Amino acid sequence: MAALTPAALPDVEPPARSGGRGRRGGIWRGVVLVVAALYFVTPLLASFVFTVNDPMTGFTLDAYGEIFTAEGFAQSLLLSLGLAVATIVLVLVLTLPAMLAVRLSAPRLRPVLEVLCTLPLVVPPITFVAGISTVLRWGPDYLAATPFYQTIISIQNPAFPVVLVIAYAVLALPFVYRALDAGLGAMDVRTLVEAARNCGASWPVVLLRVIVPNLKSGLASASFLTLALVLGEYTIARLLGFQPFSVWIVTISGANAPLSVAVSIFSLLLTWLLLLVLSTAGTRRSRS
Amino acid sequence: MNGAQVEFRGLRRTFGTTVALDGLDLTVAPGELIALLGPSGCGKTTALRCVAGFETPDQGAVLLDGEDITRVPANRRDAGMVFQSYSLFPNLNARDNVAFGMRVRKVPTARRHARAAELLELVGLPSHGDRYPHQLSGGQQQRVALARALALEPRVLLLDEPLSALDAKVRVTLREEIRRLQLSLGITTIFVTHDQEEALSVADHVAVLREGRLEQSGPPAEIYDRPATPFVAEFVGTMNHLPGRLSGDLVEVAGQRLPVHGDRPGTPEVDVLVRPETVLVTPGEDGDALIVTSSFRGASVRLLLRLGDGTEIVADLPGHDAARFALGGRANVRLVERPVLVAARTPAAAAEAVSA
Repeated sequence: MAALTPAALPDVEPPARSGGRGRRGGIWRGVVLVVAALYFVTPLLASFVFTVNDPMTGFTLDAYGEIFTAEGFAQSLLLSLGLAVATIVLVLVLTLPAMLAVRLSAPRLRPVLEVLCTLPLVVPPITFVAGISTVLRWGPDYLAATPFYQTIISIQNPAFPVVLVIAYAVLALPFVYRALDAGLGAMDVRTLVEAARNCGASWPVVLLRVIVPNLKSGLASASFLTLALVLGEYTIARLLGFQPFSVWIVTISGANAPLSVAVSIFSLLLTWLLLLVLSTAGTRRSRS
Repeated sequence: MNGAQVEFRGLRRTFGTTVALDGLDLTVAPGELIALLGPSGCGKTTALRCVAGFETPDQGAVLLDGEDITRVPANRRDAGMVFQSYSLFPNLNARDNVAFGMRVRKVPTARRHARAAELLELVGLPSHGDRYPHQLSGGQQQRVALARALALEPRVLLLDEPLSALDAKVRVTLREEIRRLQLSLGITTIFVTHDQEEALSVADHVAVLREGRLEQSGPPAEIYDRPATPFVAEFVGTMNHLPGRLSGDLVEVAGQRLPVHGDRPGTPEVDVLVRPETVLVTPGEDGDALIVTSSFRGASVRLLLRLGDGTEIVADLPGHDAARFALGGRANVRLVERPVLVAARTPAAAAEAVSA
């Protein structure tokens, strides 16, 4: 019994103490939560009321119905989703092997990779798009006689502009790098890779069977950050003259105020839904 | 016998300005357990990683049954490895971890599971197949890692300080189990460790490394009783350095004349290397030695005594004798009559032996 007492004491005491602190903390937590909720929900609610409240007829969901019948809705939405998927694939295929290689065999290059991947945050999109359009304009003149001419043309195909995928992959780099870096930092990459190699695994098998399954949450957060970025990106798409969802919203909403707001709310819900799907997929698989 | 002969031939590996391996030559006989022993930075892990294929030597070669495997990629080598840190795949349960290598080699599922169950039984975890690594203790994780390393029936087993993360009791039982398994499978095993007790207790052969070179290789008893160099003497076990004077075949030390074994330096003034357990201490009021410190270790007691001439000497006695030696009391000191190793005089060495 004597031996038990000291072990039991600390167990009893802290809850009592933290209970007092917890009650006071709980009030503040509530206040912060309410303020934050008001800040975020009020504009959303106001927008929603605006879309469903017609001064003439009262409550109506017409604005939402209009979204689906508006010209170019499905096309631009599918384009945006397609761009998002392609960007996620491209950016992961580029960064994950590079980050692994740097971690395993060239740790000194890590700061270089980090700076490279963070650079897109510093460069304003408007500068970025100015550069891209200069190259796209310059290209055809100089490459006219070479096979690259066709490449320059085909990456600008409005049905699926590959140039946007490339641009978005660059924009997504900082987020993807952070997400994957945190994920890789949480596991002993070197030992796991060596254990797998020792079991006869080739490099692709190491990547797909060992790294990817243990990096689920990092990959999921990298993916949904990229998804959110691509769905919301406007500047580059608009200035290069393509029409993904974000550009379409602006185009369609010029004439019809309730419709434009309804589309915004719709796109917000859609993004949330996709993020939810991605994050649950990520955590569920990593737990199993 | 499934064991292969492993041969290190003139292995050299540098990392920047540090030399990890400096011309290591060593042959491991088929089916034997060799312990690579040395202080950290002596190149023992690098040597092991050269066999596994995680390091490529700058010079020299690693031979497996006479075949040069220096340039063979790690995933095509015939060696299973257990790592120092926990290395199980966190997303797989114990059974799938053990079966990972077989899955990579596309062994049918049924056979894979049967073999994994067999191996888990072998390492004493028959009912833990469904557990994930985070549900296993450190010792259990290393057992599963051992089963995984053995799954592909490699000809060489590589153990990179597999016990260093475990607590003392588990460490002892697991090392005995590794030895038992190794003997029954007859697999050539290279065991890297910095723990001399571990090396001495399980290995057929102990190879002591120093600064990337082989210092001495031999059976544990030989390494302990007849260290070839002062470094080995110092590293394996505790050693007293007593000032002595050579005269002919004998050396005069602490009032006794003992035969000399091994090389002798050119000068007559030497350090005589004496194991603490070969120092005989008897209590006596008229003794010329003063008991300075005494540390009780259960089975044994270690005394530090100051002789009449100021020399300090460490002695290990059976623990039940502890009560007979009071701190500050006097005692008689004698050395066991047997050949001793001598080294050139180093003024600082005596102090080191005391602190060890």
